[in-house]
Amino acid sequence: MNLTPELNYIRDEIEGYARGYGLDFFNVIFELVEFDEMNEIAAYGGFPTRYPHWRWGMEYERLSKGYAYGLQKIYEMVVNNDPCYAYLLRGNALVDQKIVMAHVFGHADFFKNNYWFSRTNRKMMDEMANHATRVRRHIARYGREKVERFIDQALSLDNLIDYHAPFIRRKEEKSKRDLEEQEEEEPHARRLRSKPYMESFINPAAALREEEQRMRQKAKQKKRSFPEEPERDVLHFLQQNAPLERWEQDILSIIREESYYYSPQAQTKIMNEGWAVYWHSRIMTEKALLDSEVIDYADHHSGTLGVRPGVINPYKIGVELFRDIEDRWNKGKFGKEYAECDDLDEKRHWDKKLGLGRKKIFEVRRIHNDVTFIDSFITPEFCEAQKLFIYGFDKSTGNYVILDRDFDKVKQKLLFTLTNCGQPRIAITDANYKNRGELYLKHRHEGVDLKHDYARDTLKNLGAIWRRPVHIETIVEGKGKLLSYDGKDVSEENIKVRKEEEGPKDGSS
Amino acid sequence: MNAGGFMVHRIEKDSTRFKQIVRSRIRKDLRKYITRGELIGRKGKYLVSIPLPQIETPRFRYGPKERGGVGQGEGEKGAVIGSEGAAAGPGAGDQPGEHILEVDITLDELAELLGEELQLPNIEPRGASRIVAEKDRYSQIRRSGPESLRHFKRTFKEALKRQIASGTYDPDNPVIIPVREDKRYRSWKTAYKPESNAVIIYMMDVSGSMGAEQKEMVRIEAFWIDTWLQHNYKNLERRYIVHDAAAREVDEDTFYHLRESGGTRISSAYNLCNQMIDAHYSPEEWNIYPFHFSDGDNWGSDDTQGCINLLRDELLKKVNMFCYGQVKSAYGSGKFIKDLQESLDEEENLITSEINSKDEIVDSIRAFLGKGK
Repeated sequence: MNLTPELNYIRDEIEGYARGYGLDFFNVIFELVEFDEMNEIAAYGGFPTRYPHWRWGMEYERLSKGYAYGLQKIYEMVVNNDPCYAYLLRGNALVDQKIVMAHVFGHADFFKNNYWFSRTNRKMMDEMANHATRVRRHIARYGREKVERFIDQALSLDNLIDYHAPFIRRKEEKSKRDLEEQEEEEPHARRLRSKPYMESFINPAAALREEEQRMRQKAKQKKRSFPEEPERDVLHFLQQNAPLERWEQDILSIIREESYYYSPQAQTKIMNEGWAVYWHSRIMTEKALLDSEVIDYADHHSGTLGVRPGVINPYKIGVELFRDIEDRWNKGKFGKEYAECDDLDEKRHWDKKLGLGRKKIFEVRRIHNDVTFIDSFITPEFCEAQKLFIYGFDKSTGNYVILDRDFDKVKQKLLFTLTNCGQPRIAITDANYKNRGELYLKHRHEGVDLKHDYARDTLKNLGAIWRRPVHIETIVEGKGKLLSYDGKDVSEENIKVRKEEEGPKDGSS
Repeated sequence: MNAGGFMVHRIEKDSTRFKQIVRSRIRKDLRKYITRGELIGRKGKYLVSIPLPQIETPRFRYGPKERGGVGQGEGEKGAVIGSEGAAAGPGAGDQPGEHILEVDITLDELAELLGEELQLPNIEPRGASRIVAEKDRYSQIRRSGPESLRHFKRTFKEALKRQIASGTYDPDNPVIIPVREDKRYRSWKTAYKPESNAVIIYMMDVSGSMGAEQKEMVRIEAFWIDTWLQHNYKNLERRYIVHDAAAREVDEDTFYHLRESGGTRISSAYNLCNQMIDAHYSPEEWNIYPFHFSDGDNWGSDDTQGCINLLRDELLKKVNMFCYGQVKSAYGSGKFIKDLQESLDEEENLITSEINSKDEIVDSIRAFLGKGK
């Protein structure tokens, strides 16, 4: 911590307010940094000790340019870790520093208490430094070009993880060898009960043989199918099963671990920012703000919550929804009685004086993520008050236009953009396709096509790691397509896509 | 954890690596950029911005057009909230990597890349030793001088030194008072630098047979010639001459957009060029590069002979090199280039090149600039 005595005093004051409201967080360590250091840390995703890679440099250039042209300025950055690290921009006005501190305590509370963060590594600062050491060692041993190329390829797949995996055990851990060692059981066709003299009619020998034959075939097929169930954690699967050298496996595991570390932040963007804004505004307006700072505070605060058409501002939507929930639970605007009330005027002035709002929002911040947050609490009234709409691209004019303001459609679209962190759902369905060790992926199409050129390039990277031909089944403009990469070229083939029942079946093998 | 010093080094390495990658990508695609001419119009005073979408890490993900999304704000159904292109959709900033990455590189760097890729030799300026310019640089410190040039820091340091040495410095009351001996002044040194001035005189046939496509080729070629010569000469001037049956000087914009009809008398342009050189650009002080582009359909062999004489007796003696580029057009004989080659075969600083399609621009540039003159 390198705060000035004045800032340190303010920090303690604001921490006191935050704890007074019931916020609960790991110790927060503030660092005062110059703008270029801020850009640098931001480029590294909050961790000054990331492994060497050019994309941090690219991000740094972008941030520096944005700063130089006055397009953007990073006010605040906070890292989910125990202790929690937060960075303040040196030279900001005192009132800005106050807002940022209050905001940071909101995030810190969210990191510690939100369920979706519960499995993240709280010593990530150290872990990232370890990753960097490992990558450096690989570079020293195998050469920069080689390691860099592999990192580039692997990064291309870093969104192919199973976002819920930390919380669900999808299957027993098993290796290929275990499967092979499994005792082969001769299948027996089920016989129906019958009297002895009826046996040959009720259980005809030919039918039984046929049935057994079928079962044998099925068992054989099952044994052959690998993975047994569709695998969404592609990185993990590759790490386990691709013909990789040790250092390559290590790189994959690093990238995968960092992906999982960041995924709760993507899953709770709206809530996390909403929660932090809620608390900075409470702390500032009720406690910390001096009279002379009101104008600057209002200016900064409204800047944070500003909306542009066509972009959801997570700060805005988040804080508004938290406030809405608080208000509804204070007034009792929930439950059967309220839902069934037909009198609009009565509904509008509904107030049971329950005062449950504060308790409710703390509960919400503990158990929800963006998807369930929106799904559970967004209301038609909220949608209308916030002027939400859905937009789409109009090919004939080349413009993005407003399509609809209907509540159900807005909600559905919003949920779609948030589900699976807005990433397409892709799983490995066959790692021995055509019985030739080729990798077969399936994109579960949900009405939106993949970005085509990216898909082709990504497939190449996947192929480079799998070292055998790779395929992905998807839908392009309503038609089934199989994209294949054979190590040289990407080819496309029209195929019939079977509509498949959702999700992994009961895993009782 | 220390947020200071050491980190700055760290990002520097990643930044340098990023720039290296960008350079190699641009270099790889340079021929494409050259033939398509897409960098024209992306050029600022010192920087060119180059779109490099392929440097982004590809992933399986949705495109913004297909995806659509939820927005917030006023507007009726059907109201436009954004367009494709510059802003890359309204979702820009909302999802990572939806902007096309553009990198800025300096014109100098671009020229270097061009030089590396086409293996262009550096230009040996003519008369470099003869043409010398004086330049004053404030690089010295003196003990006397005008107060306006007083070096505050040095003066303060001297005073501090003296006070410490003489024991009059009191750390509890650190008042430093410079006396006359402490004062230091900035001073200049005159440097003599060889000056390299160059002028490019572009000439183009704008007779009816030169169509838009031909002019586009000329324009692309001129862009790269500019870039290269700019890199080699600090002081570069450009003049533009158009001609059909008569020649006149125009500005750059007119040069590329003017369309005339009528006959072609190439000697008119060469004459004007020659007069221009005599009036403004003495070969003693200037490196002179006339470039002439035409479809090679001159009006009569008398005029062609006139051109040849003018080149041999006047122009070729004054210029670093004279470049003639013949673009292919549907009309015309394209005979001029053959006449030049036959009559002026032995002249070393006459360079001719045929440009039949955009793909040949690269070779033509190399022919023109590959001599290092």
